[in-house]
Amino acid sequence: MSEANSTVFDVAVIGSGVVGCAMARRYTLNGAHTVVLEKEPDVLDGASKANSAILHTGFDAPPGSLEQACIASGYREYLDIREALGLPVLKTGALVVAWDKPQLEQLESLLKKARQNGVPDVRPMSKAEILAQEPALATHLLGGFSIPGEYLIDPWATAHAYLLQALANGAELRRNAEVLTGVFDGEIWTLSTPAGVVRARQVINCAGLFGDILDQRLLGQSRFSIHPRKGQFVVFDKSAAALLQAIVLPVPSKTTKGVVLFRTIFGNLAVGPTAEEQDSRTDASTDRTTLQGLRQKGIEMLPALARHEITATYAGLRPASNEQDYRIITEPQKNYISVGGIRSTGLSAALGIASHVAALNTGAEVRYAPLSAPAIPLPDRLSDYHERDWQVAGNGGIICHCEKVTKREILAALDGPMPPATLQGLKRRTRVTMGRCQGFYCTPALAALTKGRLDPALGEPDE
Amino acid sequence: MSEGCRVAIVGGGTAGLSLATTLRRLGVSGIVVLEREEDAGGVPRHCGHYPFGLREFKRLLKGPDYARRLVREAIAAGVDIRTGTAVTKLHKGGRLSLVCGGETYDLQAERVVLCTGVREASRAQRLISGDRPIGVMSTGALQGMVFLQGLRPFHRPVILGSELVSLSAIMTCAHAGIKPAMMLEEGPRMLARGFMRPFPALRGVPMRFGVGNIRILGNRRVEAVSYTDAGGLPREVSCDGVIVSGRFRPEAALMQDSPLEIDPDTGGPVIDQFGRCSDPHYFASGNLLRPVETSGWCWQEARDTAKRVAADLAQEARAQATVTLSVNSPELRFVLPQRLVPDAPPGGMAQMQLRLNKPVSGRLYATSGGQRLWSGALNTVPERRILAPIGPIITAAPIHEVLMETSVVCSMESRPPK
Repeated sequence: MSEANSTVFDVAVIGSGVVGCAMARRYTLNGAHTVVLEKEPDVLDGASKANSAILHTGFDAPPGSLEQACIASGYREYLDIREALGLPVLKTGALVVAWDKPQLEQLESLLKKARQNGVPDVRPMSKAEILAQEPALATHLLGGFSIPGEYLIDPWATAHAYLLQALANGAELRRNAEVLTGVFDGEIWTLSTPAGVVRARQVINCAGLFGDILDQRLLGQSRFSIHPRKGQFVVFDKSAAALLQAIVLPVPSKTTKGVVLFRTIFGNLAVGPTAEEQDSRTDASTDRTTLQGLRQKGIEMLPALARHEITATYAGLRPASNEQDYRIITEPQKNYISVGGIRSTGLSAALGIASHVAALNTGAEVRYAPLSAPAIPLPDRLSDYHERDWQVAGNGGIICHCEKVTKREILAALDGPMPPATLQGLKRRTRVTMGRCQGFYCTPALAALTKGRLDPALGEPDE
Repeated sequence: MSEGCRVAIVGGGTAGLSLATTLRRLGVSGIVVLEREEDAGGVPRHCGHYPFGLREFKRLLKGPDYARRLVREAIAAGVDIRTGTAVTKLHKGGRLSLVCGGETYDLQAERVVLCTGVREASRAQRLISGDRPIGVMSTGALQGMVFLQGLRPFHRPVILGSELVSLSAIMTCAHAGIKPAMMLEEGPRMLARGFMRPFPALRGVPMRFGVGNIRILGNRRVEAVSYTDAGGLPREVSCDGVIVSGRFRPEAALMQDSPLEIDPDTGGPVIDQFGRCSDPHYFASGNLLRPVETSGWCWQEARDTAKRVAADLAQEARAQATVTLSVNSPELRFVLPQRLVPDAPPGGMAQMQLRLNKPVSGRLYATSGGQRLWSGALNTVPERRILAPIGPIITAAPIHEVLMETSVVCSMESRPPK
């Protein structure tokens, strides 16, 4: 028997989006020897690579839903652990703003729903109160309410911190390890991947956009189907961040939270997402007409945005399912749990989902006991509102001036416990090239610094 | 930590170095150039082709030799060039916050001159559709890779744009053995000057004008660019990179969250005809003022600004009474300067600079309070330098704002492309 086959993990988490990362952390802290299998060359390369970077209270989630419960508990745990994990937050609060009469009429039921969802500090606000707090908003708004408990967070450092904590406490990460087939012998799963065979007593499907496909591969069928929903975003220059304090949410519709105006913890102001149903699970392309429409939508709500330049555009995919709620399904006979349909709220709910899943009694847990003093690694610290490495001596100088990314930060990412495989991964870990000039100034130095470390390489073509 | 100097120049490119050297030659001591890169010299450092230096040194030089010569002259003149030093904040009254290798300190200057130059608009700023593969970059980034790092990021890129810098992209490609697959321009004709028009064809690069719906395709790397041709038909060109060239914008990041007023039309600081910003301790020169001029132009502009700064040092920095100068026709994109000091001492700019949004054949007027102060023929296209005299306007002693307007005899937009 090969060496790969000799280790039997307690748990195999398939997928390393934010949910998979939180799952790996939870099971590892519970004492399970955990392996994370990622089909891409880097973590966070699916739905979790692009979102609105907000920690939501879940005030507008369907009351009584699993989604609402997981957001609520995930939100609480995030605020409990984030300081120890070194994760920055910015408490901006949010405002739900009604821009027309039908929206205004919905506010009362939204407030009721928020209180039902255990978010008691929501407060109705008149047009005058809103404009006093946010004087740059367009004056055709009619009213709204505030949700003081909403935060800006770093969506990538968050998931990285979860996974890094798992890795620091004995978990393993296998990349380029798409699970192609799996056999359960009544006790142990044998999973075959391009990176070798992996054996584990339990499988947790956190495959996000590919969750239903993975179920079909391992169980022969899936009890949900993924309906990808694309969201495009426009990010404005840091100069625009001064225009707004709070996150501005629209009155949500059935399918989407709608177009949100929000600052980012990196100091920008963004507008998005769109909600575009599509068949492709990978097509996160942007479209000029849609981006122009988003910019226009932003200007309608915040007229001064017209004078601010655009820094970046991006698109993300939400793994919505055919149902309105999360699809967390256990297969006790197979030591298998499927975590599906984690639509746009995954970032806020990930810790709650992980705890919920870990508490589902599948019998496998008796083998292990919680760690008494788990190690806590240091995450990337990239908040524009907190101290950064460029202000600390010995950083080797600034490589990316727009985002003030130092040589030391880039080398730390490349040499760290979870090095990036792609430029995208390096960007998520350091923000390099993500600023105003989008790489005009720093790409040459970055190409030299990352030579032989990223694939595709910045400086050399494929042959 | 805090220290002082007479003149702090932010940016060690053509304008900053020319300005610093000139100030020293005028006998001003205490000149500091702050350059955030490891080497001074600015954009010419990575323009590894001719023609540079004709106006300045009466010699035909390549960019890197030209940059080295500018640095050498500045050092010989006694300029303190601090590389690896980034300005992080501009404060009122000429105080700068700096960082060098994590050490932060303040520098109090009697005058600050901003010479931070220009950069090309990114793919995102141009809202270009498509996937986000590796291999999409500006001309500047390509030049840096090729000439500073000896790298070759692709074999067959598509070039977006047809400005002078787009031709520089072709030359850079030729140097590195890269063969551009195609040049795509959304406008009806090439934006670079007429005599340059045959250049891409001579280099074997096919050109397409009047294209639309440009879309970048590719998963890991660029695989193709799709577009619609001038007749509206969908096309696709296979390639392994995209050079997003031109559409320069001033690098005015430092001026955000600063005491200085920004002109949204140029994207640079609001200045008077002396180069003075809205805080009189600050001046600006070179391509930060407007997109975009040649190195030779910036070199001369900075020499002129140096003389104005030297004269200004003889007195307390103080705000001047000014009238605004602005554009008032949709065809006009910007005018520089944005303020005029009416009863000014001599020595200010002799000419204002303008640019167009669309081709115009007609006349250009300066009016104030309903009075026509000056007019001249106007017959040109976007991206070309337009100059108009300042003298007749300030000697007319306007007390109202001055507006620049066009009368369009014939808009060339309606003419079919050649």
